[in-house]
Amino acid sequence: MPGKLKAKIVAGRHLPVMDRASDLTDAFVEVKFGNTTFKTDVYPKSLNPQWNSGWFKFEVDDEDLQDEPLQITVLDHDTYSANDAIGKVYIDIDPLLCSEAATVISGWLPIYDTIHGIRGEINVLVKVDLFNDLNRFRQSSCGVKFFCTTSIPRCYRAVMVHGFVEELVVNEDPEYQWIDRIRTPRASNEARQRLISLMSGELQRKIGLKVLEMGGNAVVGYLQCFDLEGESGIVVRAIGTACTLEKLTNPPSNAQHTANSSPSKDIRESPAACVSGCRSSHSSPVHGAASRLAQGFSVSYPTLLFSGMGSGGSAGKEAGPLKTLLRQQTQTALEQREFPFFTLSSFPPGFLSHVGGVVSARSVKLLDRIHNPDEPETRDAWWEELRQEIKSHAKALGCHAVVGYSESTSICEEVCILSAAGTAAVLNCRFLQESCQDTLTEHRLSRQLPLFPSGSDKVEFDLGSSASLGCEDLAPPGCGFCHIPYDELNMPFPAQLSYCCCCRRAKVPDVLFTTIDLPTEATITGKGCLIQARLCRLKKKGQGEANATCISSLLPFMEYELHTQLLNKLKLRGMNALFGLRIQISVGENMLVGLASATGVYLSALPSPGGIQIAGKNPGDLSYEQHVSNMQRKINDTITKNRDIYQINPPEVVEEVIGSPIPEPRQRSRLFRSQSESSDELSELDLSHGKKDAFVLEIDDTDAVEDIHCLLTDAPTPPGFFSCNTEIMPGIHNWTSGLQMFTSVRVFRLSNANLTNQGLNKIFNELCENLLKSLYFKLRSMVPCCLCHLNFAVAVPEDELIQVAVTAVAMSFHKDQIQDSNKSGEDRTAMKVITEDQLQFPMELSAETTPAQLLSAAKNSGPSDCSTSGLARAPSVDYSSFADRCSTWIEQLRLRAHTIRRGSIKTTSSLERGSPLPDGRSRSLRSTRSFHGSSVAVVKMTPLSFIPGAKIIKYLGIINMFFIRETTSLREEGGVSGFLHTFIAEVFAMVRAHVAALGGNAVVSYSMKECVFMENPNKNQAQCLINVSGDAVIFTRETDLETSSTQLQAANPQSNEDTPA
Amino acid sequence: MSVELDVFVGNTTIMDKEVYQLWLNGYTVYDAVRVRMEGGVMEEYEANAEVLLSDTMDQFRTFQMCERLLHNPAKLANQLLFQIPPDRQAMLIERYYAFDDAFAREVLGKKLSKGTKKDLDDISAKTGIMLKSCRRQFDNFKRVFKVVEELKGPLVENIRQHFLLSDQLARDYAAIVFFTSNRFETGKRKLHYITFQDFAFCAGQLINNWTIGSVDNMAEDMDVDLDKEFLQDLKDLKILITDKDLLDQHKSLVCTSLRGKTKVFNEMEANFKNLSRGLVNIAAKLTNTKDVRDFFIDLVEKFIEPCRSDKWTTVDMALYLTHYTNSAHLLDSFRHQAVWNRYMGVIKSCILRMYHD
Repeated sequence: MPGKLKAKIVAGRHLPVMDRASDLTDAFVEVKFGNTTFKTDVYPKSLNPQWNSGWFKFEVDDEDLQDEPLQITVLDHDTYSANDAIGKVYIDIDPLLCSEAATVISGWLPIYDTIHGIRGEINVLVKVDLFNDLNRFRQSSCGVKFFCTTSIPRCYRAVMVHGFVEELVVNEDPEYQWIDRIRTPRASNEARQRLISLMSGELQRKIGLKVLEMGGNAVVGYLQCFDLEGESGIVVRAIGTACTLEKLTNPPSNAQHTANSSPSKDIRESPAACVSGCRSSHSSPVHGAASRLAQGFSVSYPTLLFSGMGSGGSAGKEAGPLKTLLRQQTQTALEQREFPFFTLSSFPPGFLSHVGGVVSARSVKLLDRIHNPDEPETRDAWWEELRQEIKSHAKALGCHAVVGYSESTSICEEVCILSAAGTAAVLNCRFLQESCQDTLTEHRLSRQLPLFPSGSDKVEFDLGSSASLGCEDLAPPGCGFCHIPYDELNMPFPAQLSYCCCCRRAKVPDVLFTTIDLPTEATITGKGCLIQARLCRLKKKGQGEANATCISSLLPFMEYELHTQLLNKLKLRGMNALFGLRIQISVGENMLVGLASATGVYLSALPSPGGIQIAGKNPGDLSYEQHVSNMQRKINDTITKNRDIYQINPPEVVEEVIGSPIPEPRQRSRLFRSQSESSDELSELDLSHGKKDAFVLEIDDTDAVEDIHCLLTDAPTPPGFFSCNTEIMPGIHNWTSGLQMFTSVRVFRLSNANLTNQGLNKIFNELCENLLKSLYFKLRSMVPCCLCHLNFAVAVPEDELIQVAVTAVAMSFHKDQIQDSNKSGEDRTAMKVITEDQLQFPMELSAETTPAQLLSAAKNSGPSDCSTSGLARAPSVDYSSFADRCSTWIEQLRLRAHTIRRGSIKTTSSLERGSPLPDGRSRSLRSTRSFHGSSVAVVKMTPLSFIPGAKIIKYLGIINMFFIRETTSLREEGGVSGFLHTFIAEVFAMVRAHVAALGGNAVVSYSMKECVFMENPNKNQAQCLINVSGDAVIFTRETDLETSSTQLQAANPQSNEDTPA
Repeated sequence: MSVELDVFVGNTTIMDKEVYQLWLNGYTVYDAVRVRMEGGVMEEYEANAEVLLSDTMDQFRTFQMCERLLHNPAKLANQLLFQIPPDRQAMLIERYYAFDDAFAREVLGKKLSKGTKKDLDDISAKTGIMLKSCRRQFDNFKRVFKVVEELKGPLVENIRQHFLLSDQLARDYAAIVFFTSNRFETGKRKLHYITFQDFAFCAGQLINNWTIGSVDNMAEDMDVDLDKEFLQDLKDLKILITDKDLLDQHKSLVCTSLRGKTKVFNEMEANFKNLSRGLVNIAAKLTNTKDVRDFFIDLVEKFIEPCRSDKWTTVDMALYLTHYTNSAHLLDSFRHQAVWNRYMGVIKSCILRMYHD
């Protein structure tokens, strides 16, 4: 009996009229948890009922607390007939189960009905009293924190990263059960919503158990997905990265002191003592690392340990006092470490030693009924296969880990494409090795500020810094991760290697593709931009195995073409690396649609990209040659123009003169391995173009004509706009607080069936381009601005329909500092580090810290930083403003605490006009109209993990909501657009309301995982399913104290004394 | 090949003021797109017709969804569906309730009934305001009327409170409500030259001086009704024209003070009795609802038209009314000074406002 759930129903407002005769409603509320139901009294004849109920108490197991949602149903009492349901509210009480998250859910929540949408709001209060349970065989995992954020959350430090966790649960889909034939659509939708809510609760609990088993206390980069497999059921699956997180309470002085020492320690302690240069030399370096470790380890607490590496043999040797590590040596732990995957996509500096490239795997499966929901072995085995594939790809690239890992599916009827992708990487590599490249790595690392401050003392600090001081030649910090992890003589694929343009020591590839965000330490030239490859391929309609075979034989070609497009577009923009690459292949009845999105940048460490050369086949023809040279000129012009737009002026021009982008004849590269397989057939695909020169496009090849057409029709972003699909735009740092998250959905109908591949491509291309254009136009008032985290989701819902859904955030920035990025590389690095400091700094603060301490700490660390780093890193940090910021921040904290205690309301300006009348005359007005003085709290939403210009001071828990909306009066609701517009607005409203009820004022790492839209205009019907997730947080503004306090007050509009009158 | 579905939803609802105005004005999506294209938005940000159409459709849809909330503006601040910054909310409300004076002038004083609504297409044709916009404005009038009808307390304040409007707009609505509930006749040919703003001004004068609320702000009754007691008292003013001595005395007092100050002195002197009879008779008749309705037409017929035919200037008019009012205080046997002041104060400002071409 480890938990008591308490709920109180306060009031309702804006209820719909349920009784036509009186134009009023007799509302009452049912509160249900598990199998227990309570009811409030009927509040007769009111659209704004005041129930003011007592506490409804549920005594339940914590296992149920995790699985079940609290279900609140508002009904209209009817004396003679059955009571009519007005709507429901599902409350996920998971955030209340964790001591560090929210403590109470209190506020106005929209009452939702799957047929009518939002129908008024209800004010509730929910609390949980949790008793400690010491039962070691428990099935619950209360207290494990979940984060959607794909980096270490801002106010935590990672004590340890345990590694990959995954789980899936399956069930029958209520919509496909026999009972669905006799029940109402509402009942069926509600059954589905409830089931998915239960399943995701169960999934989260199971993942939590795995995390506890590994010794962790949190899951970061939690990615949960639904597969609606139709007849064969619903699969809810999730992956994440298990961590041990610690709330930052240390004053930042520690972080500053250990700035120089701990990274080098990290290296020694890291169990990631894995091979960097060559795959065979496995054991000897480990010995080296281990023996060194013996000295320093007993005094220091390990700052960062990575378990779950592929090279399990070397892991855990340095464990020392840590029991967790010992445990990892056990068999179970080894199994956990089977997949050295990380769902994180941005990492603290120094984490990534080398990045190999994108690894991906796809497989086509035929769905069949899940016979036993309790043993979802088939699905497990499918994913297992894929993960093994990914792992072996990574190994082939000389990498022991996969970062930025994600999984997805696309289902059409009984065919399902499973995809997994990530970036092969070497993490935090061992520092002693013969090759100079590693020495350099050590130096690079030793200069980086760890995000995971350790508790080590000064002595170590000195040791560490002197060690790094002892070395003479320092490599620029921003290039190490570009260095190839694989053996030059034994390359897994043909690639053009050259010496790193930054350090001139190690080899780098000419192009680098990754799925992660741009590492903060990376040195780039100019700015980045969104690059998309789009592709449609027709396929014959088919059934069963034949269909699956057909799809799997098409997949490799699609991947190849997408890849070629990406590469060409990258060249056309004069860039040499892709970050955040996401390739989506969606399957429909008669076509496959592929969309690859990534953010292109010019990595200073990589060589300048060559241009694109066009070659004609019959050189004799004069007019033909003219045509070719015309085309060539156009391409060259575009490249020059793009270099200008993205300010790509490489600091030193090496082999090439800018402006003459004629490529060297033998340039080619691939850092991309992929494999597609069908259930019955295995085909290896080498995406490198083999002997053929990649960048010479032969013009009489129809594909090439199409390619060129594609290249040249991509409209450039309008002036003042930038776009990327990564967290932040490489090259822009000075964000304002202007922020606009949005979702846009388009469905395109292809009118005739005899389309060619080319025609289809053109249409799809235009669809995406027009969508982007519309976004730019819509958001023109925010200029200069950048669309960040542009996330495209493509689906083929029906025969002739293509659906594209985009979620992104537009962030404006200060124009005056754009020019800064034109300065030399070092300056930029310095600047970036400062911004990084600004971002990270306050999270490391505790409320007790005084500004004076901080200042002294900052001063102490300043000079030492200078001495160790040859580059302009720390010296340029402005410490005076630093201290100021601390004090204001602490003030804000106090203020906040105060306001939360009082729970007071501050009406915003909009309502000031609604202030009470002069006495006497106002009373009559008040008595006749219900006039609530409260306004709605502003809740920001963003797909990013941070809010520019603000500090996240608390994570309140994960938001994971699933809604179904259905209509049988499509025309009356404004057609499909009106229907979906309302639904998306409603989903946003419900997310905001739940966040506000948790006491938060923002959602970060927000994403719309699923948006399944089905229509039947002939029957005047439509149905849509949306799944969204994110992290609810409290943030405070860095500069504007007034704003933040208002926001916080607004965020907590309800308190005990303030029940709406 | 067509776009089947196209939506854009922002966490903060994006609204373009220009498009909002087009929507309010009753444009169809396609007309609005044309207007915007002519306005030159296309050149900005390399938009094309398709982009513009998509944006316009989307915004029109948003406005339609908001319209329900705008009917009860207090809800707009409380609702959860759209996150709209306060300044935007105020803009939405203010513009939604804004109306064309030309339209208001047509409807002024008429019953806000279904019958009137049917005539809206005539008004639309006459004023050049689109029918859709006329309907919105008409519905707004009706809505405001219905809500404040039941409320007690000061009219302008009630409107401002309930519909969260600016002071000026609330005053205009008060005028409309006041005219509607008293059914003032404004449609006669002779009144055509008077603008809505003239009438609104007059309504303000009447509300502030002649209603119950104007003397006793604790009164239970509302601003919409004229002070019955006061109207009864107005009958006492008749003595000014029925008592021959008083009338002559009054005339000589006025003439003495105006002699040499105005070019139309002779005409004034000749007409004095007629004019005075006109004004006092209007006052005496106001107890009849029917005569209240004709208040403005009476003012024009009995006073403004005679003066205009004598070519009085506005200055002459002001001078005359001032002295006409003040002289009455000097009459020894005239005891109704307070009522006289309350009456003439309003009459003077109304006439001055209405005295133009």
